[in-house]
Amino acid sequence: MQDFAGEFTQAFWLMAHFDADLMAIVVLSLRVSLSAVLLAAFIGMPLGAFLAVTRFPGRRLVNVLLAALMGLPPVVVGLLIYLLLSHAGVLGPLQLLYTPGAMIFAQTVLVAPIIAALARQTIEDVHGEYAEQLAVLGVGPWQQVVTLLWDARYSLLTALLAGFGRAIAEVGAVIIVGGNINHVTRVMTTAIALETSKGDLALALGLGVILVSIAVAVNALVFGLRATAQRSAHG
Amino acid sequence: MSKILKLLIVAAMAAAGLSVSAMASQFIVVQSTTSTQNSGLYNYLLPIFQKKTGIQVRVVAVGTGQAIKNGMNCDGDVLVVHAKAAELKFVASGYGVKRYDLMYNDFVIVGPASDPAHVAGMKDAAEALQRIAAAKAPFLSRGDDSGTNKKELALWKKAGINVKKASGTWYRETGSGMGATLNAATGMEAYTLTDRATWIAFKNRGDLKIAVEGDKDLFNQYGIIMVNPKKCSAVKTRLGLVFMNYLLSPEGQKVLASYRLKGKQLFHPDAKVTSAN
Amino acid sequence: MAEALVLPVTATGIVLARNGRRLLDVPELQFGGTGLTVVLGPNGAGKSLLLRVLAGLIEPDQGTVAWAGRRPDRARAPRLGFVFQRPVLLRRSARANIVYALKVTGMPAGLRAARADAVLAAARLEAIAASPARLMSGGEQQRLALARALALEPELLFLDEPTSSLDPASTKAIEDMLRTAALAGTRIVLVTHDTAQARRLADEVVFLHLGRVLERADAASFFEKSAAPQARAYLEGAILA
Repeated sequence: MQDFAGEFTQAFWLMAHFDADLMAIVVLSLRVSLSAVLLAAFIGMPLGAFLAVTRFPGRRLVNVLLAALMGLPPVVVGLLIYLLLSHAGVLGPLQLLYTPGAMIFAQTVLVAPIIAALARQTIEDVHGEYAEQLAVLGVGPWQQVVTLLWDARYSLLTALLAGFGRAIAEVGAVIIVGGNINHVTRVMTTAIALETSKGDLALALGLGVILVSIAVAVNALVFGLRATAQRSAHG
Repeated sequence: MSKILKLLIVAAMAAAGLSVSAMASQFIVVQSTTSTQNSGLYNYLLPIFQKKTGIQVRVVAVGTGQAIKNGMNCDGDVLVVHAKAAELKFVASGYGVKRYDLMYNDFVIVGPASDPAHVAGMKDAAEALQRIAAAKAPFLSRGDDSGTNKKELALWKKAGINVKKASGTWYRETGSGMGATLNAATGMEAYTLTDRATWIAFKNRGDLKIAVEGDKDLFNQYGIIMVNPKKCSAVKTRLGLVFMNYLLSPEGQKVLASYRLKGKQLFHPDAKVTSAN
Repeated sequence: MAEALVLPVTATGIVLARNGRRLLDVPELQFGGTGLTVVLGPNGAGKSLLLRVLAGLIEPDQGTVAWAGRRPDRARAPRLGFVFQRPVLLRRSARANIVYALKVTGMPAGLRAARADAVLAAARLEAIAASPARLMSGGEQQRLALARALALEPELLFLDEPTSSLDPASTKAIEDMLRTAALAGTRIVLVTHDTAQARRLADEVVFLHLGRVLERADAASFFEKSAAPQARAYLEGAILA
């Protein structure tokens, strides 16, 4: 039987000594997922805000579809994006396949519905509260959206963290569109999948613990910033 | 508010900037198999090649079936796979330029130490499979159209056993790569066919051991093919040829032979030509 | 004072019904000039609804509302202040809430701080100007909401039961601010079901019951000898059917 304890701690040893390969994988994971969350926010927040304050026929259907898209299977998204980005596909000329750009694309698609749906719910609640007051101040629709987004910023931050959690944890999409190429598109989840397929379960588990720790660290950082902001100034 | 906006823009640009730099150096994409990746061959070979030529080789390791499909989609420059019939078809349909022998090793049948089908030590693979079928001992197939899978099905055919009928009973198709299938074999204490390189590199053996080896039917030939630029205009022919010629050359062949894992040689070079020109 | 952009506010033929019940039935009503009018009536009389229709927040089923002869529009909305029963404040400091209102209604940046500080001082809130508005007490929040509305120097100020959930001290503070504003020339229309408050503040009373204006008279006449029987009964403390 393999030396389980030894292999497990090997992961932490690599981390403590800033092993170049491991560092590169961690940095790429964060870069891909954070970029995806940012892009998804640019798409999802205005979309969510729009859906929250506007009435149009079919609105309820759109809301249901959006909520359903939160559960998009990563492997399905990966497959669809692969078909798009493949040289045989519509966006082939972009030469994005097997690059971090493709991974960011795929994760943005995964995360945008989450941010949009959660933003919509948050803003809808806030809008209900503020609508009349903003109306009597003569605030126009775009300014209303901006005001609502800013006022609900802490709840929206939670939506962003939910999106980040989804992105950093998924493997199905990035492994197909990224190809898990060493030094190019290997991230923590695909590295864990690879080590598992090599039977190196202890190392895979160690990497898994590191991944979870990083996710915890990101969340702690965000909550810390939020607490500081709330303490110091309030707008 | 505007401070945060500025931060976001800088972050987005940084992400985009890093993206661009990753694509700046010369590179080719090689569609290859999980067996070559899991064995660690590429971690050994590619830095040597890159140092010599400055070309970064990006390996996408999937099953042979998927590698060939990806090649047909023009999503690679070179293929390194191990299913000769499928490779020849790939070339015949015009997707590949020409197929060359590259290196070989062999397959083995691994199984639980308890050996319920009594095949340990046998030299005849087809006969061993007959015994496994007769004993209805659990056997895992990759079931994923990979080179290993094709070899496995060919052996069952030789043994005269229709495994499709038994699928889901003692014969189970994991639809996965070699590593995942081996993990399942460990977990289920089942027999399975694996290439020797993956097996030597594999760390989660449980109480699995090599049961059958040495049959010439278990011969595992790797081939290398350039994707046809006539079908795929974006193929990096020049860089791809550098890679192919290197591997086929005596120097490259020697590097392939020199790769050791746990003291064992995993790949035996057998190129019949010294370049692809 | 600047030219009247919204006054007089006129309602003509207003009908609002839900589920077969008439919630508002006001053929003719106008607010202009100066002074403080109290819209009085029991709960469910339609007072809040009437205010919202006049402020352009709700469209009636029938009839029209006119501000200075033209239909209500978003550009002139700030000329018509509105204070709700429960104050709606943004998640920022008290001061920032006022600055926000000044900003969205087009006041140049350089002037906002001074105006905000002035109204905060008038509302005796300068000590807590920097604290988060949402963490203030109910009374402080309502004073802030009123200060915000007054900061915009509206022609007409609607208030919908502004003190019904406040303690007596806060109620007095609000009423003092209203008297000051009325004296300064702001037309005020205050909705309440509190007869005592009406007596304290009103120059004029509009009595509403079951969606209809039953009486409109100056305060003295109304409280001395009201014409409508329901109004008289209400003033005596009866519960109207």
